[in-house]
Amino acid sequence: MSTEHTKSGTLFTPWNILAGIILAAGVVATIMRFTMGIGSVTNLSDNNPWGIWIGFDLLCGVALAAGGYTTSAACYIFGFKRFHGAVRPAILTAFLGYALVVFALNYDVGRPWRLPYPIFYQQGTTSILFEVGLCVFIYLTVLFLEYLPVALEWKRGFDKYRGILIKLTMGLTIFGVILSTLHQSSLGALYLIVPSKLHPLWYTPYLPVMFFMSSMFAGMSMVITEGTISHKYFHHKMDGEYNEGYLDLQFAFAKASAWVMAGYLAMKVLGLAMDNRWPYLFTGYGAWWLFEVVGFVVLPCYCYAVGYRDRNIGLVRVAAPWTVIGIMLNRFDVSLIAFNWQLPSADRYFPSIGEITISLFVITLGIIAFRFIVTRMPIFYVHPAYKDSSH
Amino acid sequence: MKRRHFLGLLGAAGVTMGTGVSAQAASSADVKGLPNAGGVLFDATRCIGCRKCEAACNQVNELPKPAKAFDDLSVLDTIRRTDAKTYTIVNKYVPEAGKPPVFRKSQCNHCMEPACASACFVAAFKKTETGAVVYDESVCVGCRYCMVACPFNIPTYEYDKAFTPRVMKCTMCYPRLLEGKLPGCVEACPKEALLFGKRRELLNIAWDRIGGTPGRYVEHVYGEREMGGTSWLYIAPKPSFAAIGMDENLGTASAPELTSGALAAVPAVAGIWPVLLTGLYAITKRKDKIAEAEKQAAVAAAIATASADAAAKLSEELAKAEVANKRRIEVEVTKALEAAAKAAEEGEDA
Ligand code: SF4
Ligand code: SF4
Ligand code: SF4
Repeated sequence: MSTEHTKSGTLFTPWNILAGIILAAGVVATIMRFTMGIGSVTNLSDNNPWGIWIGFDLLCGVALAAGGYTTSAACYIFGFKRFHGAVRPAILTAFLGYALVVFALNYDVGRPWRLPYPIFYQQGTTSILFEVGLCVFIYLTVLFLEYLPVALEWKRGFDKYRGILIKLTMGLTIFGVILSTLHQSSLGALYLIVPSKLHPLWYTPYLPVMFFMSSMFAGMSMVITEGTISHKYFHHKMDGEYNEGYLDLQFAFAKASAWVMAGYLAMKVLGLAMDNRWPYLFTGYGAWWLFEVVGFVVLPCYCYAVGYRDRNIGLVRVAAPWTVIGIMLNRFDVSLIAFNWQLPSADRYFPSIGEITISLFVITLGIIAFRFIVTRMPIFYVHPAYKDSSH
Repeated sequence: MKRRHFLGLLGAAGVTMGTGVSAQAASSADVKGLPNAGGVLFDATRCIGCRKCEAACNQVNELPKPAKAFDDLSVLDTIRRTDAKTYTIVNKYVPEAGKPPVFRKSQCNHCMEPACASACFVAAFKKTETGAVVYDESVCVGCRYCMVACPFNIPTYEYDKAFTPRVMKCTMCYPRLLEGKLPGCVEACPKEALLFGKRRELLNIAWDRIGGTPGRYVEHVYGEREMGGTSWLYIAPKPSFAAIGMDENLGTASAPELTSGALAAVPAVAGIWPVLLTGLYAITKRKDKIAEAEKQAAVAAAIATASADAAAKLSEELAKAEVANKRRIEVEVTKALEAAAKAAEEGEDA
């Protein structure tokens, strides 16, 4: 990852070679997908119409990009001004995340050129997916506008437009939080329609609330994780303001995550208690449920709490990626593992090499774009020309 | 300005969704009351597994020919489901070992409040007045949420088509219904295991058969209430519907009922959040303002103290300087006086 000053000879780093292989494989899979149909690269079937392109690319992608709204809300709405330095990396990550989600959707839907239809042509207003689509579409626009000043600082000479955008910051932030609340929860609500297909340990009327709550700590954990990684690779890019706020932010998010996770846990248990679903805990799916909830909610939550109390940043930085994996596990459980649980195992879904390739391809594109932007644009530092700006 | 415009847009979206929900509820109520809404009653005690219905369906819908001919009954040895080339299939079940098998036909059940229609974000599905649920491929995006949503695992997809993949499912022979004809399968069935008619009348017939031959049927008409009710109704021999591969735990809540709460929350969230967040922002801003004011006061105080200090120091310095000056003058004067005295002495001496 340390090849941003690419000189001749440093081109063949392990990372570059790996990225090259993934990109090449991705291009092959892309050509197959768009010339021979979805069936040629996926294991999708009539019983399993949604695979990892929805379970991972969409559900995990959107949850993990939640750092954008959590950070900007903390900074601008709740007034934690000292997190200011973290807003830009978080907005950038969110923007890239959503852009990739939409990009990846083009592979999954049968006729991608019709993706604007539900918004502009004929609206299926009874559909939760309509709400998701509308919110994601508008939110992507909002994130773009929030990110735009960075690009305008990079290519100078647009101060007037940059100024207008900066003035909109507050409005965009509020709007972003509303949209995030709506579509983060709607992703959970997508599954309200399948009480007979989703295992009772995961199916609950609280699904929307649970998806929303978990998006909060998913976003914050991603900000911590991503900050830690960026610190390692882009340290030379970071200025005083970023570095000053950075530790503070990690501790603050650790504390907030611990609280939200505790609330989330309470809801999970309440869900079991209300319908008396305890007996399911003693089945195979029950063991898996406990694995998810104890292993990836209770334990990382505890680490966050202790890490915050003891000012132990190491522990916080362990808890963060752990929580991120937990969120992915939860989204996989709802969309793939506990979904169609009554089908005979022969009819169950497992992703194909082609599907995994495309997903890796999308992630790789994201990392490349992130690297391109942070090595060139004022993300981890304030542009010298705008030192006095409050944005 | 801009912000209010955005929020207005979102509010509008919320309102659209809100009215969408009630419109849906109203229209489904209408469907329930449609006197001419058709349906089909399938009686599993009469079905002999001849696959004539499958063949007729294939023919009237102009679907591709299957690998094995329709009169090849060995196909029945494995459990099948509908696929993109097959709208209906008949499966063979042996509920109790040693007893004769039971056959069950499956196809789209043409739900009263279809999950597929409720789930589709371009409204490609429609419950028509004939009772048939039809699909419009000209708007379908191919997201396949309809397939996820259908509790009966009915819609299928043309995964092998790159440019024009469609969702495929039984249409209850909607075009034929409009011409006043029977659905293909119903017309072809040699045993009258399939009966087409008005749903309400079919329900009466179903219950009459159950009541007329005590002990023969499960005392339940499958589809009367499942997922809000379906146009296709089933009666089956004992022991159970589960024994012929039908999910007995679907519940009676229709798809729109399952999701209406979440949809109704949208306008609420869209309405309350801006107020709440702006309020929070105002509080934060006020805090900031107070902090700012306090800071300014502190700075002013600091400056005041500092200048007072400085003044005191200055006068002190001045005073000190005065003392020092005085002393220096004194010293100088003394020196001068001494020098003068000395000079005078020397002068006298000289
Ligand atoms: S059975 Fe499935 S596809 Fe047919 S109307 Fe009902 S929900 Fe739609
Ligand atoms: S696949 Fe087509 S018909 Fe089915 S929900 Fe999506 S857009 Fe609607
Ligand atoms: S045609 Fe009638 S009897 Fe023959 S398999 Fe179909 S439903 Fe059964």
